[in-house]
Amino acid sequence: MNDSMAARPAPLVTVTMTVNGRSVTRSVEPRTHLIDFLRNELDLTGSHLGCEHGVCGACTVRVDGDIVRGCLVLAVQLEGARVETIEGISASGEITDLQEAFVRRNALQCGYCTPGMLMCAAEFLRTRPSADREAIRDFISGNYCRCTGYHAIVDAIAETVEARRSAKGRGGHR
Amino acid sequence: MNSFKGVVGTSVARPQARRFVFGRGRYTDDLRIAGTLHAVFLRSPYAHARIEAIDLDAARTVPGVVAAFDGKAIASVCAAWTAQFATLPDHRSAAQPPLAVERALWQGQPVAIVVADTRAIGEDALGLIEVQWHELEPLPHPVATAVADPAHPPLHAALGTNIAYERCIVAGDPDTTLAGADRVIKRRFQFTRHTGVPLETRTVLAEFEPGLRRLTVYQSTQVPHQMRAIYAELLGLSEANVRVIVPDVGGAFGVKLHLYDDEIAVAAASMLLGRPVKFVSDRLEAFVSDIHARGHTVDASVAVKNDGTVLGFEVDDIMEMGAYSVYPRTSVGEGLHAISLTGAPYAAPALRARLRAVFQNKAPVGSYRGVGQPIACGITEHLIDAAAAELGIDPAEMRRRNFRRAGIDPPKTAGGIAAGDLSHQRCLERLLQLMDYDGLCAERASARKAGRHLGIGIAAFVEMTAPGTGLYGAAGVKIACSDGCTLRLEPSGVVTCVTGATDQGQGSDTGMVQLIGDALGLDFDQVRLVAGDTAVTPVGGGTWASRGLVVGGEAALGAAHALRDRLIDIAAALLDVRRDALVLSASAVRERDGAKSLSLAELGGMMHYRQDLLPSEVERSPVVTFHVVPTGLIANGIQASLIELDPESGFVKPLRHWVVEDCGRVINPMLADEQLRGGVVQGLGEALLEECRYDERSQLQNATLADYLVPMASDMPDIVIDHVHTEVTGTLLGAKGIGEAGTIGAAAAFVNALNDALRAFGCAISEIPCTPERVLRALRRVP
Ligand code: FES
Ligand code: FES
Repeated sequence: MNDSMAARPAPLVTVTMTVNGRSVTRSVEPRTHLIDFLRNELDLTGSHLGCEHGVCGACTVRVDGDIVRGCLVLAVQLEGARVETIEGISASGEITDLQEAFVRRNALQCGYCTPGMLMCAAEFLRTRPSADREAIRDFISGNYCRCTGYHAIVDAIAETVEARRSAKGRGGHR
Repeated sequence: MNSFKGVVGTSVARPQARRFVFGRGRYTDDLRIAGTLHAVFLRSPYAHARIEAIDLDAARTVPGVVAAFDGKAIASVCAAWTAQFATLPDHRSAAQPPLAVERALWQGQPVAIVVADTRAIGEDALGLIEVQWHELEPLPHPVATAVADPAHPPLHAALGTNIAYERCIVAGDPDTTLAGADRVIKRRFQFTRHTGVPLETRTVLAEFEPGLRRLTVYQSTQVPHQMRAIYAELLGLSEANVRVIVPDVGGAFGVKLHLYDDEIAVAAASMLLGRPVKFVSDRLEAFVSDIHARGHTVDASVAVKNDGTVLGFEVDDIMEMGAYSVYPRTSVGEGLHAISLTGAPYAAPALRARLRAVFQNKAPVGSYRGVGQPIACGITEHLIDAAAAELGIDPAEMRRRNFRRAGIDPPKTAGGIAAGDLSHQRCLERLLQLMDYDGLCAERASARKAGRHLGIGIAAFVEMTAPGTGLYGAAGVKIACSDGCTLRLEPSGVVTCVTGATDQGQGSDTGMVQLIGDALGLDFDQVRLVAGDTAVTPVGGGTWASRGLVVGGEAALGAAHALRDRLIDIAAALLDVRRDALVLSASAVRERDGAKSLSLAELGGMMHYRQDLLPSEVERSPVVTFHVVPTGLIANGIQASLIELDPESGFVKPLRHWVVEDCGRVINPMLADEQLRGGVVQGLGEALLEECRYDERSQLQNATLADYLVPMASDMPDIVIDHVHTEVTGTLLGAKGIGEAGTIGAAAAFVNALNDALRAFGCAISEIPCTPERVLRALRRVP
């Protein structure tokens, strides 16, 4: 890299996206990734950074309905996109049962991986719900947890799958 | 009416967990303090190099850069430090500066700090710093450093040697005892360096207030009071003018237990600038700047008789320490544990052990979960299995014959550890039942017929918990072994607990609330807890050595008993009944067999607003404080691992894992079990995946999370847990620590299971992590 380039600020780019149902417009440096954008521009600190190189999953958020690694997406790529974070899916009530199961089963210790883990688990529940422990372990393998050893997380997800299934069987609303 | 049911001993969920699941954790980087600047560091690209010149001028011209400092500038407000213990007078240790001056001693050592409006601007400016480096030779492999010392100039010239510490233990007349052995089984072990990888990287925000010369440090740390004392001393401030506040901590495991050069440089920069300054380590710099652990090359042997009796152990441990002994706990604790705890579960009387800790041009080694205890366990349990195999004795039977017997064997182990009432025999029997040992052995045999290679491994361990003042106090180091707890009866009848203990999610907070609630007859949600602020809480040790709930909980219980007695005194006078007729239950002081009662809300109201109504002859303050000084408790347990080996690829899959642990009384079974499970997985990571890979220039080759592997969910097995309860006497709580137990025994059980499978191929492995490459090398399928 040429030294004189190193410190020349790039022009800001204006981007508009919907975050947790609210339209937001900000002017940001093109290099700003989605998590810095959420945390620093919008004060949505529930999304975390564990590596900033796409490995740990602490930054998992939803973009246009699919989970992505927020640290690998630039904010300026998201013009017109629909972004949902842990704050958003908590408020909507979509995963209240899963959150309760995490608490009940102590599927978190320090809690740093938890928002990303819940986003990932929500995707599992939505797209391929199964109480099979191996299937759960495989699906959440891109989300690192350094505290729990995963067993309790698998328990909490499996329990939620079962509970939703039996609620459905009884004609419950899920 | 007495409907109160206690919750101690039950699996209540952690109330704090409710914040985290909604994304409402508040970690240090989540704080917003007006005027905050962002610090970034230039780090040495070389493991060993002279710094001929540093030019910061170009960096300073970048718009948005507020300041840039080199080591000399930071040294003007921050003294260097030397890790030393009065109790280890022959530990050679060198002064470490906050930023390297003249010479960098490891790749990643900070050399300059840039402070800017944003982190990105600061990082841009780093690219403009000109350093003239003169690369020097790094020290060679630790074994070569230890034995060929004169050939390599000492890293710290004033010390005259690269051996930072040497210690020998000789017990039980090894010469005579070992001469009586039928066999001596020897192995060379390699425990590769690894690191802690808390998911939240180290983070600090320092705010210096120049008018009052007061420093507030918000920090992701396990030890607020330790850090307060250090900041005050090294930054030349009065301790009363330093406040350390600990927001939520995203994992620590020992990583956040030490003084870091970059963190105190941030505080120094805040003092120089009079502005709040924040530093968030990124993952790449975490790998080269967090403490590392392990890094031991060990020659060890066990001496046995043909009947299976273990006579003794010999250990020679060369431990690589890194460039400095880490402050303030030193780096040698790991080696001391490794040699003194070898053989600890066994009655064998003889031990000859030697430790040499040597300097290396690598990141400093510090206390990571287990601190040397996994090394001792790995050596011991490998040798016991190797001996059992040579003698044709079943590994479980081999242990049964040799475990210490409480009340029969001397109260101290050969390594000098007071271990009066270890329960390994009972733990073993419970484990064999829990895992259906015989059934598994049969399964292993039929799998082998079908061409599958299963292995079963067992590992017994001890865990040193809640040490007393002899460890740091007597060493002249300002780290409290004690904890204090203040309880306040609020006017509403709720009780506030202010504790010196800290919690990074383990659940010691919840345990304390359970204890206080039960002692005061309060429901669980009628107790509030405040922690992690040196301006508010009693001085405490914080979290290390599996002490949080043991010491903090004991203090909480002591305080609760004192408050209970006071409330009974007051109520007895007001109700005009005898003290011993009263109990606390269902949020009130009540007559045991009568109708009279006073609620805690009534008492709280009077104690705050209507003191005129209270009897004058009793103590009326609504606040009590209780301090506890522990004396050290040794816990124990046993683990087992079932693995499957694929001899073609060298991959090893842990299939199941079992733990039977004895920590005395269990306050919250679910949280205790989760401590064990999390610890087991960290131990399995150590056994299977984790290593800091250095090249011959001491360059770390895998300093990204893509290259340094930690356990993923799909790598890991389910973990079955049970407890054996030996009564703990001499404390109110009756409990020992549990936080490191999982990590201490897991790797040893795994490696024993792998070696069980490898035995069919006539080979063994004694090097961790057991990567496919190492396994294939053991199988002689690759060179
Ligand atoms: S922070 Fe995005 S994957 Fe780790
Ligand atoms: S709970 Fe700490 S990383 Fe998962």
